[in-house]
Amino acid sequence: MPGFHDRALALVFAIGLLLFGATLANAGAYEDALAGFTADSFGDTADAIEALTASSDPRTGAVVEALKDQRLLYSAETKRVFIKDKSGKLTDAATGQPVAAPPADADNVRLNNRVRGMLDAALGSLTLMAKEPGRRFDAAQAVFKSRDAGALPNIDKALEKETDARVRKALTEARAAIVLTSAEASPEDKIAAIAVIRDRGDQDALGLIDGLPSDLPPAVRQAAASASAKIQGNLALWSALQNAWYGLSLGSVLLLAAIGLAITFGVMGVINMAHGEMVMLGAYTTFVVQEYIRAYNPALFDYSLVIAVPLAFAVAGAVGIAIERGIIRFLYGRPLETLLATWGLSLILQQAVRTIFGPTNKEVGNPSWMSGAFDLGGLTITYNRLWIICFALAVFVALLAMLRLTRLGLEMRAVTQNRAMAAAMGIRTARIDALTFGLGSGIAGIAGVALSQIDNVSPNLGQGYIIDSFMVVVFGGVGNLWGTLVGAFTLGIANKFLEPYAGAVLGKIAILVLIILFIQKRPRGMFALKGRAVEA
Amino acid sequence: MGAFPLTRLLDRSSAVFLILLAAFAVMIPTLNLLVPASSGLHVSTYLVALLGKYICYAMLALSIDLIWGYAGILSLGHGAFFALGGYAMGMYLMRQIGTRGVYANPILPDFMVFLNWHELPVYWYGFNHFAYAALMIFLAPGLLAFVFGWFAFRSRVTGVYLSIITQAMTYALMLGFFRNNFGFGGNNGLTDFKDILGFNVQAETTRNALLVASCLALAICFLICRAVVTSKFGKVLVAIRDAETRTRFLGYRVEAYKLFVFTLSACMAGVAGALYVPQVGIINPSEFAPGNSIEAVIWVAVGGRGTLTGAVLGAFVVNYAKTFFTTGWLAPYWLFVLGGLFIAVTLLLPRGIIGTYEWWRARRAETQIIPIAAEAPHAAE
Repeated sequence: MPGFHDRALALVFAIGLLLFGATLANAGAYEDALAGFTADSFGDTADAIEALTASSDPRTGAVVEALKDQRLLYSAETKRVFIKDKSGKLTDAATGQPVAAPPADADNVRLNNRVRGMLDAALGSLTLMAKEPGRRFDAAQAVFKSRDAGALPNIDKALEKETDARVRKALTEARAAIVLTSAEASPEDKIAAIAVIRDRGDQDALGLIDGLPSDLPPAVRQAAASASAKIQGNLALWSALQNAWYGLSLGSVLLLAAIGLAITFGVMGVINMAHGEMVMLGAYTTFVVQEYIRAYNPALFDYSLVIAVPLAFAVAGAVGIAIERGIIRFLYGRPLETLLATWGLSLILQQAVRTIFGPTNKEVGNPSWMSGAFDLGGLTITYNRLWIICFALAVFVALLAMLRLTRLGLEMRAVTQNRAMAAAMGIRTARIDALTFGLGSGIAGIAGVALSQIDNVSPNLGQGYIIDSFMVVVFGGVGNLWGTLVGAFTLGIANKFLEPYAGAVLGKIAILVLIILFIQKRPRGMFALKGRAVEA
Repeated sequence: MGAFPLTRLLDRSSAVFLILLAAFAVMIPTLNLLVPASSGLHVSTYLVALLGKYICYAMLALSIDLIWGYAGILSLGHGAFFALGGYAMGMYLMRQIGTRGVYANPILPDFMVFLNWHELPVYWYGFNHFAYAALMIFLAPGLLAFVFGWFAFRSRVTGVYLSIITQAMTYALMLGFFRNNFGFGGNNGLTDFKDILGFNVQAETTRNALLVASCLALAICFLICRAVVTSKFGKVLVAIRDAETRTRFLGYRVEAYKLFVFTLSACMAGVAGALYVPQVGIINPSEFAPGNSIEAVIWVAVGGRGTLTGAVLGAFVVNYAKTFFTTGWLAPYWLFVLGGLFIAVTLLLPRGIIGTYEWWRARRAETQIIPIAAEAPHAAE
């Protein structure tokens, strides 16, 4: 622990400086306390620690640190205590003078668990005065958890001097925790303390309030009960929000995986069981791009995903067009055969990737702008999840715009709505079929780039998503991109809300059962197409 | 078709199939038990178990052919019914272990002792009796199929939608059976069986008896399927397959027909699973994997859907190929072969082996009488 080392050195240094100005008049308590260490009894050692902390002598820190590290020596004969520093040099704890050779009977002051506990509390109190706000904050938090009544004077002292708002708040909370659990504090103080704890509002606060003894005055008990209810309500709200966030995140993953399928299955009516493998190809494209960048131009690593997106689209799209031209066009109008053929294709693609890249997971790195997290109220939001949500929505909007606004989109819609008439208008339907299928596959490839950031890149990557993707498309309504959007987020959020009650696996089963039941009610999904398009 | 019921039930290829099956059931045990191991004609016990496994797969394929080939229901979750039958048999076999388990608990199977369970779960009651287990072999898959089918067919879920939700069904069951607290042995499933009806499952004679029992069950299932598809009921099924809406408008209750044949098929798959488990010695949740069910569909496609005999042939051919590939240095290429088979069969051989053979014979017969007749290739769906 380098931090610990630094801390010890800093304290020793500070003590050395202070020693020159220390007046002997009020130093008596410190020296008296030191004598306790020479008795070689745990009880005396404990008393000595308490006395040391109470003396508020600046040299206390070094002694306590040394004791904790088993660097405190005592000599029963001469009644002297020595601090051994990291390099093995001895100093007299009382005078601060270096000592050349310790007395013959010098030995470590022994510790047991009780003494160690006291040491931690003492250190906690001492670091309350530390220079860095971060350490003071940590110390206040430690006191909040330990609720050591002995730290109260130090807390009060620290509060007087504290200027940093965050540390001040932590100190106030620590103080409130001590007041709440101490037997002496008046009911009014306790009620005020409960208010402070309530405003903290996290799991620790709830534990503290719920753990209060039941023999408190009624007014305090009532305040505690209402605070507990308020904290619980607060926590439930945050956990619901956190679940909603996880759900949005899962929903965006589902949307990415399903949106290509919404084109091939939803719009074209081709059931492509190899869709998951298109996602996998996209993920492996990312892997290859990153390998190249690592090997030839590491500076570009942060742009690897930006480079991978068009490449993944091209790779998966090209494979998709090849599949359409090679297999699927012979099977139009025979959905069950298409299903079987594309399933076979998925086996081949998986095995091919396994042969080329090996069966193990490949490591795809996160660029720096996608790693890390930030807190938003009680939520922890990771950047990669946030980016994936934005990316999924961007892909969705781009696809929607493409279908609505471009000539190719117009032709795609024409062909899927009425093939014969589209052909009569001069649209080359076979070419549009291939391009539409390529588009759906290419989007699956893009999804692979995103999924490589949060999932294991292995030959089985796609299989994990294929059933979920079909569920999304079927649930949302075939042939309707908006349905896919709503379906993905509904399933994602429902899944995450079921998980805490049913566990991850049972939650998934429950979702599958619910979808099966839902299909009973609305066989054509949430947003079913109406009118002539239904039977087409 | 002949007016006489027996000739209608047993056309030429069915009769050939049953005779071959009977010869198989007699020959394999004879070659295993009576021919000395030194002889070139001896069949090893390993091969007996392997062939027994194939027979069970053939029954599964038959059950799929009944619904897919004749009623147009492509179930991608038939492995679930197979596995449920297997689990019912496995539970019986587990209860037979008794005090011979590692923990020597007379009531609780080893895995429950291991999980610190103190009582047998209610759904394990009765499985120490073979008759009850035999009933559950039909009932567990049958009931699931009935409930599932009742929901699915009533709301007219057809085609690929049905295929996908059957796949989701078996996927959900797989996830469930992987859990320890489901009470079916979790990940490891049920294994380490000792005896069945008092006979040691590992013994050569038991293995041969199981093979013969499987052949018998296959023959019975085949006859049931023939009886169904050659009856008037079967004609309606074919009508549903080819034009569901039109059949409904003609006044037939399509969902009732489908539900019956789906449930029947699930029971057959359950029996196949039940005979499969003592021969391979283990049942675990991976039997529920969606991939298994789809693989079973390709057996039917290879042999020829809607021919019954083709399903059996396909199961044998594909599984033989699988054994051949996965046991040697060719193992990494098996998935290429299997995947290629899916594509090749759907693109090039949509009628399957038997179907193509019959079509070719029929065409030759036709061309001999009326040389100008050229049948349009019929659309499969």
